[in-house]
Amino acid sequence: MSNRSDKNQVGQQVGQQVDSGRRGLLVATCAMGGVAGLATTGAFVSTFQPSDRAKAAGAPVEVDISTLTPGQMTVAEWRGKPVWILKRTPEMMASLNVTQGEVADPDSLKPYTMPLPDYCEKQSRSRKDHKDVLIAIGICSHLGCSPSSKFTPGPQPSLPDNWVGGFLCPCHGSTFDLSGRVFKNKPAPENLDVPRFMFLSDTKIVIGEDEKGQA
Amino acid sequence: MAFVEKKLPADAPAIDKALNWIDSRFPLTKLWNDQWGQYYAPKNFNFWYIFGSLAMFVLVIQIVTGIILVMHYKPDAALAFASVEYIMREVPWGWLVRYMHSTGASAFFIIVYLHMARALMYGSYRKPRELVWLFGFAIFLCLMAEAFFGYLLPWGQMSYWGAQVIVNLFGAIPFIGPDLSLWIRGDYVVSDATLNRFFSFHVIAIPLVLLGLVAAHLIALHEVGSNNPDGIEIKDTLDADGHPVDGIPSNPYYTSHDLFGVTVFLVLFSAVIFFAPEMGGYFLEYNNFLPADSLKTPLHIAPTWYFTPFYSILRATTSDFLYVVQAGIAAYVALVYLKSNLSAITKAAIAAVGLLIIIGMMPAVLEAKFWGVVLFGASVMILAGLPWLDCSPVKSIRYRPDWHKTVLIVFAIAFVILGYLGVQPPSPVFNAVSQVCTVLYFAFFLLMPWWSAKGTFKPVPQRVTFKPH
Repeated sequence: MSNRSDKNQVGQQVGQQVDSGRRGLLVATCAMGGVAGLATTGAFVSTFQPSDRAKAAGAPVEVDISTLTPGQMTVAEWRGKPVWILKRTPEMMASLNVTQGEVADPDSLKPYTMPLPDYCEKQSRSRKDHKDVLIAIGICSHLGCSPSSKFTPGPQPSLPDNWVGGFLCPCHGSTFDLSGRVFKNKPAPENLDVPRFMFLSDTKIVIGEDEKGQA
Repeated sequence: MAFVEKKLPADAPAIDKALNWIDSRFPLTKLWNDQWGQYYAPKNFNFWYIFGSLAMFVLVIQIVTGIILVMHYKPDAALAFASVEYIMREVPWGWLVRYMHSTGASAFFIIVYLHMARALMYGSYRKPRELVWLFGFAIFLCLMAEAFFGYLLPWGQMSYWGAQVIVNLFGAIPFIGPDLSLWIRGDYVVSDATLNRFFSFHVIAIPLVLLGLVAAHLIALHEVGSNNPDGIEIKDTLDADGHPVDGIPSNPYYTSHDLFGVTVFLVLFSAVIFFAPEMGGYFLEYNNFLPADSLKTPLHIAPTWYFTPFYSILRATTSDFLYVVQAGIAAYVALVYLKSNLSAITKAAIAAVGLLIIIGMMPAVLEAKFWGVVLFGASVMILAGLPWLDCSPVKSIRYRPDWHKTVLIVFAIAFVILGYLGVQPPSPVFNAVSQVCTVLYFAFFLLMPWWSAKGTFKPVPQRVTFKPH
């Protein structure tokens, strides 16, 4: 009991007269503890970032397109995302002239996650020496769904009556032309990404790498 | 104070002695009496007052079945889908546990929505129950997080693409968005890293917070006392013992009452588990019986039904609709200036925020996608403001003008329509309807300070309306 009353007296004294030396030490200790706590929180938050393994998984992929006939599309996986390889027919290429005025960003000036490689033409969004082959990442710039191919022209559900062929995103109804350019007034704000790629031969392409190096 | 232990007679039953020993060291009897045993609840509770204890019951079901599921489930992108099928086909009674858990999730939301509807009808969030409401609101947020994180775990097509869409919502935030969604996923696409962290959130992080919030919700409720269908304070009329005249101790009265409710619930719950565990694709979506495929989005993706009202608001926000929102905000700021008693500073702050939003919604500033996310978030967060938005002089709908009931019903219908449209594929007509319902949804809350105070209110009784049976 006597011990307790001693403490009370000490408490009263502190209330009246602050020991500035000890108070300074207390503040410094709290500040140090706070810094250590913040640093630890920083480490905890950082663990959420992509791991080195996830970063390393983005290596380029090679695709053999020797069996791809005009009008046919194949899907490759690069960095976990679907990459479309579409060999367009002359009619498909002609449809790009029709959609030129109907797409929101015909020259792909506003990129989604990567700019259109400078060796790609603005309208076909493909390399000059293989204009018919479209390489695009099949991830909608709206909320990341993968649009489905709607190559048959003409009226059909969820599509306008003057449809000339392209892609339709099932999630929120964005439509893209056969160069992966988004039509006006759609939820998706940007065109589909075209990754860096190059032809190793006429039938073999590599995605995620071009003459300048890896993406 | 020195430690004093109550002395019981030497021939007292062993159980009494044991309890006395505990009570001297831990307030067990006191806790029981404060929280339930001697907690006086209004005697005029009706049907709507069953959902609190039912929610508690479903929480227990979810925890118990969840613990068992974790014993067999593998949080690994390569193994997760197969491990769920293993639970369904090979673990003895595993299918029952899993269906209890998946049906329990939907049941939880049905119960919580009805529980919130009750609060809306009888003004249960009004002073002094603001914190009860806020804790409850936080529980609702936790439940949404639980449902979202848990839905990725079966690693089906809907799990995968649902998570992809929701995580990408954060990508719409200006400047930090893309990095933020990368940080949430832990990879450039929804992947094994995402599955593992969602598993951790689902089984430990959120449940811990949830349990703390449930305790806070109940402690706050038992501190201020329950509201009732008449919306009057039973503590205003006390008997000689200091207990509310219109109150009855929860035990045994509401214990037996709630046990009856649990029985009825279990009949319905079992019927779903045994006869319609997928509930026509609403409780378990058909596309989720396909393993996740990062290269192919299912043709029709929709969130599970309990998210769809809010999801519809997200989808309704197109660039054309933003003009309506801008006009609405301008009109609202004008209304606040002309028809409210707020201080000049508050009015100026509201006007400044309104102006910023209107500028932000200009076509060249921030895209509609971002505002969709903002309205989506606002449609949930606005619920937290109810205690301060409702300015009705009486709490219960029973004593409010009859047209207030109409307003409440219109709101409920708009909410249900939004929910229905959220599971439907997008179409121009549905989009227009969901935009109308979005306006109704927000108008209900934002105009509440005015409409809730208008009309002729009926006299509120001193004592609760109660017919003994």
